[in-house]
Amino acid sequence: MIISTVVVLAVAGLLMGLLLVFSGEKFKVETDPRESAVRECLPGNNCGACGYAGCDALAAAIAKGEAPVNGCPVGGAPVGEQVARVMGVEAGAAREKRVAFVRCAGTCDVTKNNCVYVGISTCEAAMTLPGKGVKACTYGCLGYGSCAAACQFDAIHVVNGVAVVDRTKCVACGKCVAACPQGLIEIVPDAAPLAVQCGNREKGPIVRKVCDAGCIGCGLCVRQCEHGAVTLQGNTAHIDYEKCVGCGKCAEKCPAKIIRNR
Amino acid sequence: MRLKSFRGGAHPATMKELSEGKPIVVHRAVGEMVFPLSQHIGKPAVPVVKRGDPVLAGQMIARADGFVSANVISSCSGKVKAIESRMTSAGVIAQCIVIDNDGKYTLAPGIGEISDYTTLTNDQIVEKVKAAGVVGLGGAGFPTHIKLAPPHPEEIDYIIANGAECEPYITCDDRLMQEQPQWIVGGIRILLQMFPASRAVIAIEDNKPAAIASMERAIAGESRMEVMRLKTKYPQGSERNLVHAVTRRKMAPGDLPSDLGCVACNVTTLAAVYRAVCLNEPLMEKGFTVTGDAVAEPGNFLVKIGTSFAELLEAAGGFKTEPKKVIIGGPMMGIAATDLNVPIAKIYNALICLTEDPVEKADAQMTHCIRCGRCARACPVGLVPQMMNFYAERKDYDRYVKLHGLDCIGCGTCAFVCPAKRPLTQLFKMTKGVILREQAAEKAKAQREKEAAKV
Repeated sequence: MIISTVVVLAVAGLLMGLLLVFSGEKFKVETDPRESAVRECLPGNNCGACGYAGCDALAAAIAKGEAPVNGCPVGGAPVGEQVARVMGVEAGAAREKRVAFVRCAGTCDVTKNNCVYVGISTCEAAMTLPGKGVKACTYGCLGYGSCAAACQFDAIHVVNGVAVVDRTKCVACGKCVAACPQGLIEIVPDAAPLAVQCGNREKGPIVRKVCDAGCIGCGLCVRQCEHGAVTLQGNTAHIDYEKCVGCGKCAEKCPAKIIRNR
Repeated sequence: MRLKSFRGGAHPATMKELSEGKPIVVHRAVGEMVFPLSQHIGKPAVPVVKRGDPVLAGQMIARADGFVSANVISSCSGKVKAIESRMTSAGVIAQCIVIDNDGKYTLAPGIGEISDYTTLTNDQIVEKVKAAGVVGLGGAGFPTHIKLAPPHPEEIDYIIANGAECEPYITCDDRLMQEQPQWIVGGIRILLQMFPASRAVIAIEDNKPAAIASMERAIAGESRMEVMRLKTKYPQGSERNLVHAVTRRKMAPGDLPSDLGCVACNVTTLAAVYRAVCLNEPLMEKGFTVTGDAVAEPGNFLVKIGTSFAELLEAAGGFKTEPKKVIIGGPMMGIAATDLNVPIAKIYNALICLTEDPVEKADAQMTHCIRCGRCARACPVGLVPQMMNFYAERKDYDRYVKLHGLDCIGCGTCAFVCPAKRPLTQLFKMTKGVILREQAAEKAKAQREKEAAKV
């Protein structure tokens, strides 16, 4: 009795095993062994800063040769070299470092406050207030730190009512850009010498009423720039970093001192 | 007899005693008048005057742009000072027509001439209401000419005059029903003529006995009108709950009252319809309550649209003490004001100045949700705010939508009854905004892709 049970189970087990071996061979998915090796090198934040959907997707793209070996901005040059070794290519020049930048300088001492707000302490909630938040400026940083909450790298903090990016820690993953309900954060080259630190699109008199550090859209900067890098976009100065040479003439002339050296 | 009402709701202190005994005072503004181009649901109107143009009271200064839009009428005579971006009462900067008021209130020709509505066809009446710029004056701002032209007019069997005025503090509808019932009854008569299969119900909460008596006197001898006493409960005046209380018909999400054979209008709107059709007076003024414990002399006013809140507040004696919170609209659904130098638009009916901020007090006492379910019992729409809160906080928008979170009317009842003092209504308002923006973005993206595919 016991023997027949053992025999039946053993035979069944053997058959199953054979089936598994056969199907394993038959339906094998070809993977590049380099893909998992590349994945090992990547930091695993899944932040999406590379432009792919997480580290797995970037590893697959690198293995296929669609993405550069130094495609991970978080890892930077060291990870780039590791990946290059796996792929057997040269790491090449490091990618230009990019960082997030908050287009607002409306700290507590220069902008006026409309009201005292109590309630949910997030920027999205403050946006539902009439007049968009506590500050009189309806375009400025709300200061409730939704960007800071979204950042995985501890690179953005609210200081004196305005979000400030820590350029050494920022990897330009873009999480804060998506989190800011005012759309004030943009990704700029870290080497960019100048930046317009205001996002108010109203005309001068309206801006002056609400903030001492606001772009009044006078256009002096546009006239100063010899390279055509500065334009006015809806009453606010805008610098095209492709053209900007960093001469600083726009910043010199800016009456509101809102084009600043970074 | 048991008073009619709806399931759920709350009983905030009505606080109407501050101003309910004060007769309506006609306020003629003297300062500059500001007319936002968007005082209604739908597309903003398009200006038809230029800077420097002389205008007369009752003249159209901006034309409705499209079907869901409304004309803007100058309520004073003077000169157009500017057409520019200004801060409006909703706290947004929007295009406004600014008129230098000459204080004479010279009327445009033809205003005040008495017309006989019985000789007019439905289309003519709708046209007149549209020209007069009448919108839902209870606060929604839905253009009335659309309400008066439902797809199946023969199926309308109820005309509901909304005199519930369920928001605490506000008393201007109450006073209007007491002082000018003939305007309201006149408006109802016009609607009864337009919808021959209908009968009219004037629905009033039972905390306004004087208004009920006044309306009953005014409709004496009318066979197709009745006054219905409703239970005093918030939000009795919301369209969905009012239709249910009066007709026992339930509005599904997305339904309009006309889908259930009803036309529901605020009493002030009906008065405006009467004045537009029979007296040829476009919408230039409306009832308005200035009240609260920080106001020197709370009262009811007939105020010109476009007057600044600050000027009207002066007419009410200004502040008695420094207010801690100023609300435009009712305390449940109104918006906190930060600047009173903004114009009174068509949709606003009260300015409430309080010496104490109840929200601040509640915020200090906020604790975790204890899942008592009081919010679910109180929600007049039948939602489960407790679960919506859970998912909204975790930004799980799919589940929020599954709970019909987008049908929240933002009445504030859940936050009012919550023993843990959680800011539910604010959270839902914000979450709805985020979801609607996301949906709009997705729709726009799909549209772009469709067009790209065509090319």
